[in-house]
Amino acid sequence: MSEVGIIAYGTSPFTKEDHKIESMLHKSTNDLFKKNPDINKNKIDAVLVSTNNNSKYLSPVLSEMAGIQPKIAHSIESLCNSGTNSIVSAFSYISSGLADMVLVTGAERYDSPGQILEWDNSRGEFKHPIFWASIFSKSYKREYGISDEQLAIVSVKNHKQAKENPNALSKKTYTVEDVMNSKKLTDDLRLLNCSRPCTGSASILLASKEVAEKYTDMPIWITGIGQKTTSAGFTKNTSLTSMESTTIAGQSALKMSNRNISEIDVAELHDAFSVCEPMILESLGFTNPGEGINMSQKLHEESNFMINPRGGLIGSGHPLGATGISQTIEIVQQLQKTAESRQTNNPKTGLVHNMSAAATSSTVLVLEK
Amino acid sequence: MSFENELEKGQFYLPECLSCKKWVWPPSEFCDGCNGETSLKKKEFEGKIIEFSKQNDSYFCIVEFYDSIRIMAKMTTCPKKDQIVKISKCGIIDGSYFFHII
Repeated sequence: MSEVGIIAYGTSPFTKEDHKIESMLHKSTNDLFKKNPDINKNKIDAVLVSTNNNSKYLSPVLSEMAGIQPKIAHSIESLCNSGTNSIVSAFSYISSGLADMVLVTGAERYDSPGQILEWDNSRGEFKHPIFWASIFSKSYKREYGISDEQLAIVSVKNHKQAKENPNALSKKTYTVEDVMNSKKLTDDLRLLNCSRPCTGSASILLASKEVAEKYTDMPIWITGIGQKTTSAGFTKNTSLTSMESTTIAGQSALKMSNRNISEIDVAELHDAFSVCEPMILESLGFTNPGEGINMSQKLHEESNFMINPRGGLIGSGHPLGATGISQTIEIVQQLQKTAESRQTNNPKTGLVHNMSAAATSSTVLVLEK
Repeated sequence: MSFENELEKGQFYLPECLSCKKWVWPPSEFCDGCNGETSLKKKEFEGKIIEFSKQNDSYFCIVEFYDSIRIMAKMTTCPKKDQIVKISKCGIIDGSYFFHII
């Protein structure tokens, strides 16, 4: 299996603006090529589009707009982890020898149809994600004796970190009191505990080792991939305090990269809601069960950006199809030491965790210099 | 006799596999275990509240049947964890199921 590296990236700001999905796809793709004028578009074998948008034939549309005539062009949809699913597909095309260079672009509009899984009738009339997040929050607090104020720290931390991310949706910092006094959505969830849907796009270019080393001195290698889908419906989750798909995907990715969780220096985790960050920290093995919130709090107190340096989904915004790609770009920047005021201390190994529909499906990537 | 036809009439009947007797959820005409055909079991089912939260004046609960089937249902009185409940009202509105419990 040939090695696969990330050699270039581009992104758009994440906003609440009303733009066509095609324009958004082009925006980050164009940013990638402007930043990397030496990339030969004729050598791009595949263009993969990650989105939940209902528009048709988006990969060929993007290819034409960007002046690319790829061999392979198609879209990939898997709700909130469409982005990393697309990266895994690109990896597979390259490592199998079907392609040498693959462009992956993800984009979403603020009104994405991917926010609600209509099929999941087991949720009854409670299909909006705030309801599964409330159940997770209630169960997690009950199991480990965690308070709402403790969970609010995740939001405070990630908004603070997003302020250092010029492309983030959030431009403000908040206190625990601000989170506790924000709009009450349910007894167990406040508005500032939630990531927000938004308009945004992100692009990366992956290449085989031979091609990568022609274009850059700083390729970032994907050394581990783990994926697991346990179900589609939220109520099939056997645990409401941990994430089984995340645990399995994390173990697979670490095994493939021959790494332990203690060797991960920086990570982007899918904090769709405040409670998700400690649950993911625990499910990946960063901490013991019930101790994830202590890790988030300690990192916040030390202003250590190790977890969700770009501000996570809560601070950056959550344009579904772009999120996994944006998370990956952040880890690339961290490993290349180009993350400016978000830069963590000399990271060598990074991790991306991206999930869908109440953790019924998870993808974990391990990235290294 | 499909699950949804009965649900539209306000009846909550669970499908059971005719071959292996497994309760099948989400409702389907085929068993996800042995691939056999299913049939709706016409009886009143009791479920257990696994977790709940509250929005405005009503509660939303995870209710479990037969240690395997879980749905989200609405309750107007304050639930308790592990409380045994029954479906009091159910149906389909605009393609979405709804379940009320007492």
